[in-house]
Amino acid sequence: MSAPTLEQVAKGDGLALCAAGAWTSASAPLMEKLVADAEKLSGSRPNISIDVSQVAKLDTFGAWLIERLRRTLTVGGQETEIAGLSENYASLVDEVRKVKPRAAPGRGPNGIVVALDGIGRNIYGVGETLLSLVDMIGAVIAAWFRIWLHPSRFRLTSMVHHLQQVCWNAVPIVVLITFLIGCIVAQQGIFHFRKFGADVFVVDMLGILVLRELGVLLVAIMVAGRSGSAYTAELGSMKMREEIDALRTMGFDPVEVLILPRMMALVLAMPILAFLGAMAALYGGGLVAWMYGGVDPSTFLSRLREVLSINHFVVGMAKAPVMAMVIGIVACVEGLAVKGSAESLGQHTTASVVKGIFFVIVMDGVFAIFFASLGI
Amino acid sequence: MSPADANTPMTKDAIIRVQDLTVAFGSRKVLDGLNLDVARGEILGFVGASGAGKSVLMRTIIGLVPKVSGKIEVFGTDLDSSEKERRNIERRWGILFQHGALFSSLNVRQNIQFPVREYLKVSQRLLDEITMAKLAMVGLKPEVVERFPSELSGGMIKRVALARALALDPEIVFLDEPTSGLDPIGAGDFDELVRTLQRTLGLTVFMVTHDLDSLHTACDRIAVLGSGKIIAQGTMADMQAATHPWLREYFHGKRARAVLDQQASA
Repeated sequence: MSAPTLEQVAKGDGLALCAAGAWTSASAPLMEKLVADAEKLSGSRPNISIDVSQVAKLDTFGAWLIERLRRTLTVGGQETEIAGLSENYASLVDEVRKVKPRAAPGRGPNGIVVALDGIGRNIYGVGETLLSLVDMIGAVIAAWFRIWLHPSRFRLTSMVHHLQQVCWNAVPIVVLITFLIGCIVAQQGIFHFRKFGADVFVVDMLGILVLRELGVLLVAIMVAGRSGSAYTAELGSMKMREEIDALRTMGFDPVEVLILPRMMALVLAMPILAFLGAMAALYGGGLVAWMYGGVDPSTFLSRLREVLSINHFVVGMAKAPVMAMVIGIVACVEGLAVKGSAESLGQHTTASVVKGIFFVIVMDGVFAIFFASLGI
Repeated sequence: MSPADANTPMTKDAIIRVQDLTVAFGSRKVLDGLNLDVARGEILGFVGASGAGKSVLMRTIIGLVPKVSGKIEVFGTDLDSSEKERRNIERRWGILFQHGALFSSLNVRQNIQFPVREYLKVSQRLLDEITMAKLAMVGLKPEVVERFPSELSGGMIKRVALARALALDPEIVFLDEPTSGLDPIGAGDFDELVRTLQRTLGLTVFMVTHDLDSLHTACDRIAVLGSGKIIAQGTMADMQAATHPWLREYFHGKRARAVLDQQASA
């Protein structure tokens, strides 16, 4: 197909712009240049017409550019004509003629305003987040009481399904990671304690650290990343496809049907995982203490028995269900906040994990203060 | 062409030519030795029972579903010949998916400009102007350009999706149930729109539809799919004269009669 051309032919005191060739999208850059050059003629002659009789092929791009040229050349009330339009393309040109010229999209407000606007919205968003968390806690507790009154309404199958997802399927990765962390903590402890000849105190450190803090905190972070994100993505895509609205219209309470079984599964799963995690960490630490530090297993165990009281274990385990609630509530709130777009689903899933981990650590701090003031 | 010789290929300038196409999912054959020609510049309505494989044929032609055997020619080029040829052909068709398939994280303007930006080197100014022209062509107000797909109604989504399908000035457009989910007035407008665009842009339209009104008002020719083959093709009049039981049911059922009465009285 021949390239588009636009020739200037003198015609009496006026000028005819003769377009020829294929005026189609494939040669859009060339057409733009031709038209931009021709637009400079605007106002230079009294009588300019556009002749398109030689145009072999025309599409929306070509038709629009010719129409744009006509509009630019039309000055001082004298209409520029498009001559030689073939029957085939007349309706196309008519169609683009109807397009109203529209000012280029206005520039957005300047950078400082945008930045201030962003800060304001974020601060407002923090308040909204807290409010929606409280709202969700309330809804879950209310649903919990309704279930107590009508136990038959509890979705046991659903809960067992989620329990498998968040607990059973999570065991290998949780055990592996806590085992490795136990190894690392023990190795570091031995390496530095050895300078004081206090190798055996690594057992104190490992035992207390793992049972009180590390076991449950690590597991909570893993659960937030693994199950919190899954909850948000599930609920979010259900929200996007109006499945949650459908539930509501059928007279079901989404909190009761979707959220409560998930929360219950998480609350049951967390202590189990935290316990397994703590045991794996102790086992890993003991192994390293034996292989690397020369603390044989019987010494390790008797030392552990001396150092640990049941309090350490209870303190760690008591935190697990609370952290599960925090992760579950955050994940469900974020899931229900998903809007229509794929991007929004991604944003809320990210937010679910980030906020989940943040609140878990904050809760851990609160617990530390609480137990310290109780003296256990 | 009478429905009886449904499987003889047409000799006219065929822009899409499907020969002996077989598509199967596992052991279940959905299309079984199907032949179909689409002539340049026509609007072909493609009907068939739900689950008969209408969308499968469309998706096979555009390359989303792999075929078992057979040949598909578009613009006289075999689609299997080379990757480069295929890219060239893909640039020359536009597809309207059943649910619009707009990119949810892009606004209307970005959705329409997406294919153009990818394939053509044009200035931002021309891009914006062409976007407005396409929007006007599909009958949308300029204000919608900044909206996101989640903020549009069902009919608007279809129109924006059509504008996106038309963005590169394709020669063929595939429409998958374009009027499903639209109210009768909206559907009527859409049929009218397809007709107008076909006239002004010289499009060839391949339309999968269930809408009898669309078949009446928009389509030049109708092809009917049944048991993996084309069981009949021809004009609306041919279809009504056909004796095949499914066709009789389809074109003479209660709904079809209502449409006919309405057409007669109009």
